[in-house]
Amino acid sequence: MPEISGYAFPNDVHVHWSLMIVMYPYITGFVAGAFIVTALYHLFGKKEFEPVARLALATSFCFMAIATFPLNLHLGHPERAGYVMVTPHFSSAMAGFGLLYSAYFVILLLEVWFVYRREIIETARRSRGLKRAFYAALALGTYDTSPEALEIDHRAVKVLSAFGLPAACMLHGYVGFIFGGIKANPWWSTPLMPVIFLLSAAVSGIALLVLLHQVTARLWRRPVERETVQAMARWLWFFPILTVTLELLEIMLLAYENSDAWHIISQLLTTRLEFSFISVQMIVGSLVPFILLAIVVTMNRYLHDRVRNTLAVIASLLLLVQVFAMRWNVVIGGQLFSKSFRGLRSGYQPALFDREGVLVAIGLFILPFALLYVFDRVLPIEPAAAPPGPPPAEGVVEPARRTA
Amino acid sequence: MDETQRDAPASAPDPVGRREFLSSALRLGGGVLVFLAGAPAIGEAGEGYDWTQHRWAYLIDTEKCIGCGSCVRACKAENDVPDGFFRTWVERYVVSPEASHVDSPKGGLEGFPPIQTPFAPTKSFFVPKMCNHCKETPCVQVCPVGASYRTQDGVVLVDGERCIGCGYCVQACPYGSRFLSPETHTAEKCTWCYHRITKGLRPACVEVCPTATRQFGDMRREDDPVRLAIARGRVSVLQPHLLTEPQCFYLALDKEVR
Repeated sequence: MPEISGYAFPNDVHVHWSLMIVMYPYITGFVAGAFIVTALYHLFGKKEFEPVARLALATSFCFMAIATFPLNLHLGHPERAGYVMVTPHFSSAMAGFGLLYSAYFVILLLEVWFVYRREIIETARRSRGLKRAFYAALALGTYDTSPEALEIDHRAVKVLSAFGLPAACMLHGYVGFIFGGIKANPWWSTPLMPVIFLLSAAVSGIALLVLLHQVTARLWRRPVERETVQAMARWLWFFPILTVTLELLEIMLLAYENSDAWHIISQLLTTRLEFSFISVQMIVGSLVPFILLAIVVTMNRYLHDRVRNTLAVIASLLLLVQVFAMRWNVVIGGQLFSKSFRGLRSGYQPALFDREGVLVAIGLFILPFALLYVFDRVLPIEPAAAPPGPPPAEGVVEPARRTA
Repeated sequence: MDETQRDAPASAPDPVGRREFLSSALRLGGGVLVFLAGAPAIGEAGEGYDWTQHRWAYLIDTEKCIGCGSCVRACKAENDVPDGFFRTWVERYVVSPEASHVDSPKGGLEGFPPIQTPFAPTKSFFVPKMCNHCKETPCVQVCPVGASYRTQDGVVLVDGERCIGCGYCVQACPYGSRFLSPETHTAEKCTWCYHRITKGLRPACVEVCPTATRQFGDMRREDDPVRLAIARGRVSVLQPHLLTEPQCFYLALDKEVR
């Protein structure tokens, strides 16, 4: 039994939303964040993001594929999970989940298909036997790779990104809304919550792609693109500034208004969340990467590529920790104080082997990368066909299609 | 809304459009799914009980509570409440103008042992707590599958056959009245002993209360003493600023109580 200081309502001593509910927004954060990176190239024409655009799309897809796992692991009755889809109770924020999740997943599937259509067909043409049948099935019966058809693909991808970006943002902002809409819990109840979730999703998505770009460049023996790293570092500097500003704004407002909950929340922050909020989320996870990235952004010209890459990688790793800490502090922190506003329970430690335990969480985090590997085997993320120096005539069409 | 639409004179019967057909088909499909999934059964209600003829309300006179814990024990026995969880509990307040102490050892299940406070108390009292069966309840609002619902006679219930155990309602209840049962893995809470009140009995906690601290009544009966007390007396509810409209009313509620 947890230790209680002060007085907690007797049912308030349990942390019902466990580690899995921390993992869920962490994972969907990558879904939305990675999609934002794709969109930066594809919708907003940021050419610097071209080398990671396909990687970002694949990452978003792989995290999306497992996004429901933590939820099902958490549900008391996972066999009834489908009720949310077939009989949603629309007054609940959670009921929109089925619609949003399916809509975004369909968009993502279609986008992946259109991006890879030409390569799927070409692979089918090149191969024999089972492999051929497999890729022929993936091609869904159309084998048209005429320039007109490819142009349609290209336009479809653009339209899908235009729908995908708001869908990804909604999917994640909506997770913030689930918390932000609980008026019983002052640590959650703020309209800033969806915005904070969304911005921190962008942080985690870009940070993950900085890392994946470095790793894949090594694996595929390609140079790390200097401009891509510079651009990602700039955005990676910008988004946490916004996130942390809003997070602090929320707390300062509670303090300044001297809200009825401030008494208990100030205790929460300085005792139970002292390590995970002040040390990890704010200092190690925000202040340190802020300084590192400030160096990258402001002293860009003077930095050796290696130094820049190292700084960006360290900052990204810290920011990944920061975003996890933020999810933890929101989800778990919100359950450590009682709604009596008179008591705090002792810190929550997830079990190691539990269904909602640490090992499962680690597995959940590794799984998308395993999927990414499989994805790359089936639909190569780095287009092998692209010659090192494409002729200019082809170069005009090629990048847009390749990195869509 | 629905009725006005229904009453509106239909000028000319439109042929069934594609949109309308799809909408009806989807609705029908949804209905079939609900049916297959097991429509919420009010299996607990007694035979011949008409829920449109009642609207239940609860009254707690905090001046009278002696902290014996009989209600907590009765509730546990009547409803098989799992250990460590509570459908009702009793809080003890020991208060002075400078300081206050609140506790509820085991929810008051075994009564209250004497305590020493570091300050000299000037008043002390007990406050029984339970689900407030709010009219505008956030727990019903947030249930993603409609497993939590409010009956026509004003009782907030959970359909254990539909509950997916997500815990959203537990988070949304400002009073800490709900919990996820480790046995059924669904949300559970006080039902005002719905299986009893629909047979003309009173909730177990009211039945055993030796001081009539806890009273249960029907707002649809003009001469009901609980109705009269609520209608004529000065009553409070818990956390009124949240506008959940609790149907559990308190007499002599102290400012310390949340």
